[in-house]
Amino acid sequence: MNRRDMAEIQFREALRAAMVEEMERDEDVFLMGEEVAEYNGAYKVSEGMLDQFGPKRVIDTPISENGFSGLGIGAAMMGLRPIVEFMTWNFTFVAFDQIVSNAAKMRYMSGGQLKVPIVFRGGNGAAGQLAATHNNSTEAFYTNVPGLKVIAPSNPDDAKGLLKAAIRDDDPVLFMESELMFGMKGEVSDDEDYILPIGKARVAREGDDVTFVAHSKSYWLAMEAAEELAKQGYEATVIDPRTLRPFDTETVLESVKKTNRLVIIDECSPYGGIASEVAFRIQQQAFDHLDAPIARVTAKDTPAPYAKNLIEAWMPTVDEAIAAAKKVMYVD
Amino acid sequence: MANETKKAPRKRAAKGKSTPPDTTSDAKKPNGQLPTEPPKGTPDDADFRFYTKGGHTHESLGLSEDDLVGMYRSMMLQRRFEERAAQMYGRQKISGFLHLYIGQEAVSTGTVQALQPADPIITAYRDHGLGLARGMTANECMAELFGKIDGSSRGKGGSMHFFDVEHHFYGGHGIVGGQIPVAVGLGFAAKYKETGNVAVGFFGDGAINQGAFHEAANLASLYDIPVLLCCENNAYGMGTSVERSTAQPELYKKAYAYDMTGAVVNGMDVFEVYYAMSELAKQAREQNRPALVDIRTYRYRGHSMSDPQKYRTKEEMESKKNEDPIIRLKSYIVDQGFSDNEALDGIDEEVKQVVLESVEFAENSPFPPVETMYEDVYVQDDYPFIV
Repeated sequence: MNRRDMAEIQFREALRAAMVEEMERDEDVFLMGEEVAEYNGAYKVSEGMLDQFGPKRVIDTPISENGFSGLGIGAAMMGLRPIVEFMTWNFTFVAFDQIVSNAAKMRYMSGGQLKVPIVFRGGNGAAGQLAATHNNSTEAFYTNVPGLKVIAPSNPDDAKGLLKAAIRDDDPVLFMESELMFGMKGEVSDDEDYILPIGKARVAREGDDVTFVAHSKSYWLAMEAAEELAKQGYEATVIDPRTLRPFDTETVLESVKKTNRLVIIDECSPYGGIASEVAFRIQQQAFDHLDAPIARVTAKDTPAPYAKNLIEAWMPTVDEAIAAAKKVMYVD
Repeated sequence: MANETKKAPRKRAAKGKSTPPDTTSDAKKPNGQLPTEPPKGTPDDADFRFYTKGGHTHESLGLSEDDLVGMYRSMMLQRRFEERAAQMYGRQKISGFLHLYIGQEAVSTGTVQALQPADPIITAYRDHGLGLARGMTANECMAELFGKIDGSSRGKGGSMHFFDVEHHFYGGHGIVGGQIPVAVGLGFAAKYKETGNVAVGFFGDGAINQGAFHEAANLASLYDIPVLLCCENNAYGMGTSVERSTAQPELYKKAYAYDMTGAVVNGMDVFEVYYAMSELAKQAREQNRPALVDIRTYRYRGHSMSDPQKYRTKEEMESKKNEDPIIRLKSYIVDQGFSDNEALDGIDEEVKQVVLESVEFAENSPFPPVETMYEDVYVQDDYPFIV
């Protein structure tokens, strides 16, 4: 087995490696959430961590998202560094008050006396025929709140480097993992202490004809669309912002100044979604460089349906991304 | 954590076990009439404590003359501060909400006297009294109410968000019930770090019907967390009485559902609050166990400055004012011969002066420079959050 193969791990393993390394490094870091300990994680992200760290630091919770989120915030106010796992971000709506009223605003309301170094993490977004309550991409809700940082990586390498950064960050960080990506494999850096900076986008592919911006699972959709467009003779730049707040506007601007055309792909609802914010920033700062109105490819503006054909039509698709790119390039 | 400690048998003091259940007198009692026996239908080992008024002397509590005078001074400061704040609100020097604590000073003062300095305290929006009792200065508090840069939160918190982390006072929270899980987190950290501290989380009677209370109480008991969940039961959640909002208006009974000690305390008697909080904090410290404390108190003022108080009678208010915790302590000090009315009135004059000076301090403090709006959002000070 060569070194390269050894570094190929699943998304969930990258997350686990980040948590394990940080817990080994710092006694104040602990993990809590539903099924994280004895069940080894609902999605097996925390498998083996109870055995390694014991029940003091890997803590099963009842189904009480508001309660254990608030507990984590209180612990963070006292100097601990909790990682609070939500089984999915869909369930954070019952903890919304804790995240938005307490984690985000504690420092501001106290005039800088307090810090809340907590990480909330878990599966996010749409994951198939789960109907309306279990198919929410929650990024837009939380990026709307000053005081929070929001990260949504698209591959195991970014997941590890960014989660380690999140755990060390002194501000509350929301870490969103696509539910359908936990098993995805990818190369992860062998660096002993691999940290990626929060707030730096990654340019995954370069092309002169159109810019795609897409995070998390949508990134892969953008890459697929870019490959298909390449076959048709059009070269796309694909930018994965990786962190949504702060957002690396500069990297997108640079690309748009080159391609003059922008398509944003985002699983949130279109109304007030991530795509809306990115579109605003770019039209404001690069209006004269745009050769076409900015296009967005998002979930449809309805609750998520259950039926197979409906949920497939509801989700952003590669075909829609290709069509959007062609529209802004004025081809077809 | 739960797995470690759950196996250990709970050590709970059995109280009142010889009293036969009373099946006839479970009618809803008016606020202030403290229960004197365990609720019916509870097993013999259910742990309920009743701290009714007048049961203690300073000697039985081990309090010195200086302690008593210090407590009197603290309560006087809280009251005079708020009376002046109300006046300043009337003059529109203070804006936003202003929820006064007047009448409840025995709760803050007795609690702070009973705790160790590093025991973390957190409360809801009626936070002036606890902040001042815990060591916040009148200056920083008044300046915060005025929204000035020298305020405790640099003018970003206002009345509902006093914080004094140096004195282990963790706020000052405006969403009803939202601070209760956070209180459990403060206690969790104390246990995790083995500091020997006990966390104290205050909330109003209105908050007990929030899911946050139930989730927090369950977690506190499940994880064996040293936290006192203290309901400052002033009988009204805004204009709705406990009887009209809560299916079981004897709030301490809810402790039974979470297998923790339930206590009911006369909150108009600072000695009872001190005694109850000392005993319960000691138990929490030694056993890593939470308790629910139902402190019966009363606010003389409205819910906030905009409350015309049409939901209660003058008679009810007058009867409660006869219970005034400051007058009660003052009479005690004079009766014991530790001081006389003149000297105690001198303390009153002194704190009035402190408060007057705080108004001057607040007046003279500048409004926060506009650029400070962008500070304290993140710890990272070069954070590019500005759109």
